[in-house]
Amino acid sequence: METVYLLIPLVCLAAAVLVGLAGQWLGRRAAHSITIGAVAMAFVLSVVVAVEVAGGQRFDGSVYIWAVSDGIQFEIGFLIDQLSAVMMVVVTFVSLMVHVYTIGYMHDDPGYTRFFSYISLFTFAMLMLVMSNNFLQLFFGWEAVGLLSYLLIGFWFERESANFASLKAFLVNRVGDLGFLLGIAAILYVFGSLDYAAVFASAPQHATETMTGILGSQWRWLTIICLLLFVGAMGKSAQVPLHVWLPDSMEGPTPISALIHAATMVTAGIFMVARMSPLFELSQTALSVVLIIGAVTTISMALIALVQNDIKRVVAYSTLSQLGYMTVALGASAYSIAIFHLATHAFFKALLFLAAGSVIIALHHEQDMRRMGALWKRMPVTYLTALIGTLALVGIPPFAGFFSKDAIIEAVALSHTPGAKFAYVVVVAGVFVTALYSFRLIFMVFHGPSRLSEDNRKHARESPWVVTVPLILLAIPSVLAGLVLVGPTLSGHLFGESVMPIDGHGINGYGATDMLVHAWVSLPLWLAIAGIAVAWILYLRSPHAASRIANRFRLLHEILIRKYGVDELYERVFADGGQALGRTLWKFGDRLIIDDTLVNGTAKLVGRLSGVVRSLQTGYVYHYAFAMIIGLVALMSWFLWT
Amino acid sequence: MLQIELLSLVIWFPIVGGILVLATGGEQNAPVARKLALGFSVATFVLSLSLYTGFDNTTAAMQFVERKAWIDLLHIEYYLGVDGISMPLILLTTFLTVVVVIAGWEVIQQRTAQYMAAFLIMEGLMIGVFCALDAILFYLFWEAMLVPMYLIIGIWGGTNRVYAAIKFFLYTLLGSLLMLVGFIYLYFAAGSTFSILEFHQVALGRNTQILLFLAFLSAFAVKVPMIPVHTWLPDAHVEAPTGGSVILAAIMLKMGAYGFLRISLPVVPDASHELAGLMIALSLVAVVYIAFVTLVQRDMKKLIAYSSISHMGFVTLGFFIFNVHGMEGAITQMVSHGFISGALFLCVGVLYDRLHSREIGDYGGVANRMPKFALFMVLFALANAGLPGTSGFVGEFLVILGSFQANGWYALAAGTTLVLGAAYTLWMVKRVVFGAVEKKEVADLRDIELRETFFLSLLALCVLVIGVWPFPLLEVMHVSVENLLQHTAVSKL
Repeated sequence: METVYLLIPLVCLAAAVLVGLAGQWLGRRAAHSITIGAVAMAFVLSVVVAVEVAGGQRFDGSVYIWAVSDGIQFEIGFLIDQLSAVMMVVVTFVSLMVHVYTIGYMHDDPGYTRFFSYISLFTFAMLMLVMSNNFLQLFFGWEAVGLLSYLLIGFWFERESANFASLKAFLVNRVGDLGFLLGIAAILYVFGSLDYAAVFASAPQHATETMTGILGSQWRWLTIICLLLFVGAMGKSAQVPLHVWLPDSMEGPTPISALIHAATMVTAGIFMVARMSPLFELSQTALSVVLIIGAVTTISMALIALVQNDIKRVVAYSTLSQLGYMTVALGASAYSIAIFHLATHAFFKALLFLAAGSVIIALHHEQDMRRMGALWKRMPVTYLTALIGTLALVGIPPFAGFFSKDAIIEAVALSHTPGAKFAYVVVVAGVFVTALYSFRLIFMVFHGPSRLSEDNRKHARESPWVVTVPLILLAIPSVLAGLVLVGPTLSGHLFGESVMPIDGHGINGYGATDMLVHAWVSLPLWLAIAGIAVAWILYLRSPHAASRIANRFRLLHEILIRKYGVDELYERVFADGGQALGRTLWKFGDRLIIDDTLVNGTAKLVGRLSGVVRSLQTGYVYHYAFAMIIGLVALMSWFLWT
Repeated sequence: MLQIELLSLVIWFPIVGGILVLATGGEQNAPVARKLALGFSVATFVLSLSLYTGFDNTTAAMQFVERKAWIDLLHIEYYLGVDGISMPLILLTTFLTVVVVIAGWEVIQQRTAQYMAAFLIMEGLMIGVFCALDAILFYLFWEAMLVPMYLIIGIWGGTNRVYAAIKFFLYTLLGSLLMLVGFIYLYFAAGSTFSILEFHQVALGRNTQILLFLAFLSAFAVKVPMIPVHTWLPDAHVEAPTGGSVILAAIMLKMGAYGFLRISLPVVPDASHELAGLMIALSLVAVVYIAFVTLVQRDMKKLIAYSSISHMGFVTLGFFIFNVHGMEGAITQMVSHGFISGALFLCVGVLYDRLHSREIGDYGGVANRMPKFALFMVLFALANAGLPGTSGFVGEFLVILGSFQANGWYALAAGTTLVLGAAYTLWMVKRVVFGAVEKKEVADLRDIELRETFFLSLLALCVLVIGVWPFPLLEVMHVSVENLLQHTAVSKL
């Protein structure tokens, strides 16, 4: 079985390297066949592994020793349990769909083979991340997916906006990575190991160890570690205030928005915290921070989605908000529910992105929803699948998102983590906002009057099968995944011991039927329906209402349009400020003080003095070297004689 | 039969080769000079490989030792040997000399023989520094190696080469004179011997140690270079020809760091501990302050030069936190930085050969015309930013782990390089490699040819192999590093 584990990421790597280096010779058809074949194989094998894991198999072992230092072995190794198996299936499935979809989406792109190489490489990196059994490899995968995200956001490297966005994404992620790396350093310092098993096993013994912080404050090491790790998660999973890179990442081609910036990479932070659940469980403070950050992200990003007109950006802000939901679940100690939502979200959000992409190619790269409308007749498959994705996102039973979102809300309601009351209000209110912006999108794009450009009016039609088949295949789990998985998730069978169980929340025994019945007498469903209704009124029935409201609440509207001013603030303070600081240090520190005053000043002084002994200066290096040796000998003789 | 031992062979073979290359003389013989130089550099590299294969990594004792009386009157010996710290640096030197010879193949069109000879002779002298166990021998190699570099900058350099060459020469010369005084003091303290290993054992008082430490510091800090004696480096790099920049950044900077390991720490351990705070502070200032300065450079070579100073801050930080992770990380960083900075200077060289400009603003959209080159440039840039899977990560990672053990705030300050290093390197890449082609000169660029692809591939391979599997590199240094740390933990007072 070990060979199979190794094979799953390595086929993706091999395909990526082959296509990356020899893409020109292989040609387009071979390039996509090789990578799709590899990812399909990884998917099939992942399913096989998942079945075996469900049958009780578990693997924790090393592949090779990366390095040894100070007696500590840094290894590359795999941990295959329920959590990693679920992630592997989700990652390879969505990746496979995106690979197939790319054939259609990138059809005319000169970087066709390069793109396939990148997304296969990404799949490899993501698999290494989720399959890791230690913090080092986790960090490897973590940085590698960040790299691929950087390369893919900047895929169209002639575009200034894409280059800007990719650099921004990389740097903001690096801020998170700094926290993450320090967290790893702290783990090594406290636990003396980077292996999950060893660290988790001894975590309770280290629970009470403290360190002295600034001003003599006492901090528990575990709290410090969890907070540092969570900083990493905030970067990768785009939680406030490190969220600014994700909306800009939409500069990349749409397939990667689906794969990387919705389904997989951005959920790495959620996965990581779930993986570290034995540590987070020991720190109430850290959990509370997680909960509150998640709640703030949920609502603040959902509100921005209301005022976006770019179809991809609406979906992007929706992703941010949904990541907030997952983070809230983590903060409420409902790790398995967070992963459950991660999985359902991966399906329906990838679906939504790909559907958006389908619209975008049909309209020749038009992304502004104000120039769309009434597309449902022209693009029936895209419309229906997008509708399914939206219903799942909004949380209408029995679609997938309903179960996972409802489970989160229930878990938060029963949580005792400080801040849970606030989070509860937020996640419930979030349901209304989610329904509003989601159906705003559906109505603006697919219904109402057609606002297409002249050209698009003639040519817009349904996308080819390589695009629609992945949509249909993603629509299936968007409908069914919740129904099938909710029982095993809540009973604890699905994740077993791989994450901390959802004890004491009172929702352990819930099944799909219970939830379906319960939904009709609880608030969230009615809020969702209300949201849809309001969207219908504002964007279909009386189309001018929305702008009237925007005018009435101009300040609020402006705040949302400017995204709370966070991007501008960062640009001023960090980008401009950093450069100004650099220039100052260089001009005054290096040039004025050191070079002009000290170095050249000394030189001038010496120059004046040496006028006296000019006759000795011939200007030939060998004369100087000779003089040096004579001096050396003279000096030594002097020492010897005295 | 004349028995020549390995270390002597590795030192003198390239020097003899250099003299032979020099003897080919005029420009009409340039093809011969090139081939001869390549032959000698490859042969030296192959020879040096037996240092690795024959190396015993279970002992901290010096290996391949040669010890002969040289100047009996002053008890100066011809005393050579290597341990797990110097051996990787010798391999780095022999490998990069091959690369530099290939890189200068068609580019250098005037005084070819002298150019090639200078590098071969410098190679031997630099290896000499890493092998010398006699202080005077060490000093001679140390100073002699400046001469070829001075000539390389002064003859094949850019427009402002004379200023840069003299600044380089004087800066580094002044520092090392104090080191010599230190050696002479130690000669008497150790009972009339210049053996560095004997120096390690001499008992010294606190004040003496502090003075000696400062004397050595003046030599080593300039070479590393540490703040505030770093300003010669950007000037020297900007004016030096590509090959000179490669050797300067990849090997010469390591001399200073090596000096700390071979001389400062073991000879004056108490002073080293006492002044560690100062050294750590200087290192962290280098990492952070220089990173900001790097950010605003407009000249690519200057940018990489400043980035080198920032990266070398990691090396000195790793030394003075006195733990295994820190020190092994620092040595790994030395080797890795050799490859990465060398590769980046070569990349700039490739562009410079085509456009005769180092200004970032003169480029933009290079990837459109030079896709193969762009691949290498981006790879090395990412390695410079310390991406896992490249050698740049290994050293920084270990040093950050080590500094966390010393003090969490050190780790935080050093860790800012994760953000700042990525910022200055990738911002440069964004402006040079990516974007649309807007300048006519860029539109006419041709992609790298076979020769260029070859040497860049060699370096890329090293960067990736060390990144994916640093085990063998770390394995050779464990015992030596542990021995050094144990030695410095014992007070000499």
